[in-house]
Amino acid sequence: MAYQINDLTFYYGNKKVIDHLSVTLAPGKFYGIIGPNGCGKSTFLDLLVKHLRPDSGTIIYKGKDLSRYSKKELSTQIALVPQNFYINFPFSAKEIVMMGRYPHIPRFAAPSLHDIKIVRDIIEKTGADQVEDRFITELSGGERQRVVFARALAQDTPVLILDEATSSLDINYGINLLNFAAEGVRQAGKTVIAVMQDINLAALFCDYLIFMKEGAIKAHGATDEVLNQNTIRSVFNVDTKVYFEPYADSKQVVFKR
Amino acid sequence: MKFKEIRPGKLVGTQIVLLSAVLCAVIVLSTGLGYIQVPFIDVIKIIAGKISGQQRMLSSLDNLLPVIVIDVRLPRILTATIVGGGLAISGVVFQGILLNPLADPYTLGVSAGAAFGASLAILFNIDFLGTYSVPLFAFAGATVTLLFVIYLSSSGGGLSSNNLILSGIIVAAILSAGISFLKYVADEQVAVIIFWLMGSFGSRTWTDVSLTFICVSIGLTIFIFFARDLNLMALGDRTASSLGIDTKKVSLILLVTASMVAAICVSVSGIIGFVGLLIPHMMRSITGPDNRKLIPVSMLAGAILLLSADTVTRAILPSEIPIGVLTALIGGPFFCYIFRKRQTGRTGF
Repeated sequence: MAYQINDLTFYYGNKKVIDHLSVTLAPGKFYGIIGPNGCGKSTFLDLLVKHLRPDSGTIIYKGKDLSRYSKKELSTQIALVPQNFYINFPFSAKEIVMMGRYPHIPRFAAPSLHDIKIVRDIIEKTGADQVEDRFITELSGGERQRVVFARALAQDTPVLILDEATSSLDINYGINLLNFAAEGVRQAGKTVIAVMQDINLAALFCDYLIFMKEGAIKAHGATDEVLNQNTIRSVFNVDTKVYFEPYADSKQVVFKR
Repeated sequence: MKFKEIRPGKLVGTQIVLLSAVLCAVIVLSTGLGYIQVPFIDVIKIIAGKISGQQRMLSSLDNLLPVIVIDVRLPRILTATIVGGGLAISGVVFQGILLNPLADPYTLGVSAGAAFGASLAILFNIDFLGTYSVPLFAFAGATVTLLFVIYLSSSGGGLSSNNLILSGIIVAAILSAGISFLKYVADEQVAVIIFWLMGSFGSRTWTDVSLTFICVSIGLTIFIFFARDLNLMALGDRTASSLGIDTKKVSLILLVTASMVAAICVSVSGIIGFVGLLIPHMMRSITGPDNRKLIPVSMLAGAILLLSADTVTRAILPSEIPIGVLTALIGGPFFCYIFRKRQTGRTGF
């Protein structure tokens, strides 16, 4: 198992954000986490990357408690693409992508040819090559997000965590980048855990969906089983029609006014 | 070979060599300048003779010259050099941690703390440590202020950059009111306080040189060690953390070190503004924001700039004006210029 999460609870001050959450995540799968704003999705991700420590409960990653990993070890295991990325210093886009390799490069060493090749490939594949020599501070939100995504891919970790990573991208790049993540899952047995706003994109890419509400899991399971009118109604309080769409080769959700 | 520039390679090496050469030249030049002009070749002879211990190299010279060079001018010149370098690297680190290109070594109230400590010592004529009483009080004031600012900002939600800047501003405001009060009650000592606050490298000794040299060297070593982590911290807390950086620990170590470097600089020289703000800014447009290049280059540039400014006020102007006033008078307008340029055009700042 990639993650075994047991009875996880986390408070921000007095506010309970994660409420006795338990779930098991298998390796080699694409997980989507869906839920209304403020339901604790981002906090849950922060707990998974050990950016925050749980108040109670355990997170076992690859058979060992997450708290027993050093930050350094985890940085070669788990990569994160954050939601809002803001930077004040004019690094070039290429430098940012190379930063994804830092966990693999000793502190005072220069990048090896291997590192340079990985970065080169990823920059070209993700379409970041159009902006690679420009300052990250001058890129549009979408362009910047692509660079940050490429940075996380360059980290080359077994687990990739996406916090609404494609929300600010146009649909072409959104699908493009999610395809990279999915390709890693199919070909290299990586695990992707993605918080997503767009239910239809989630249905298209995710093997499993986890519906969260008020810090707890409302429903989870294989996408085909768990994605239906009742689940969406209980989590978002919206009426929908859910059906299998042959063109997308997945279930899709439509809404009404 | 499109990727060559990603390596912190040759180019920075050249910049460092070039700046070091300029720095040496400025040191020799400044040592020669002054009320009594010493020919540059004699300056080199005296320094070389002193280092190698060969007295006969000096035999052809006037007996007074080695005294002027070694005992009077060099301590002041080297202190100005080291303080310039120290303020500049401490500025780089502050800007890096606070994710704010407008931060400087005094952002956390270090200068206000030092000024308050120094004013206290001057006001109450504390002199049990001789000439070191005022610097010592200044250093203590800076340290206590820093600890208080960190305590204040760590209360809610960790050491976020906003919390730190806000706490620094609040504490500095309280302290400057305190300083005004001390000046008000100081009577005839008010001139001494004001003069100290404006900064000066006058009558520095070799003790000042070695003290600042040791502190700034330790600071530099720590900064270089964490330079790459500081790059990652520019990506924000969450991302840096996912890249293996213990953000809380690293920012605490760097904040304390940078403040200590600034505090030691302030306590030997008084408050010298704009070096720590301006130099990192200017150098960033040359080296880019990579701290592994920016830190050493800024240190050399800061040293050159502050020494030149001190030499101008010491040897070129008809009467000496306080160095802190001079740097602010030159640095302020220059900062306005680059700030304006950044707003209107595409630059690397």
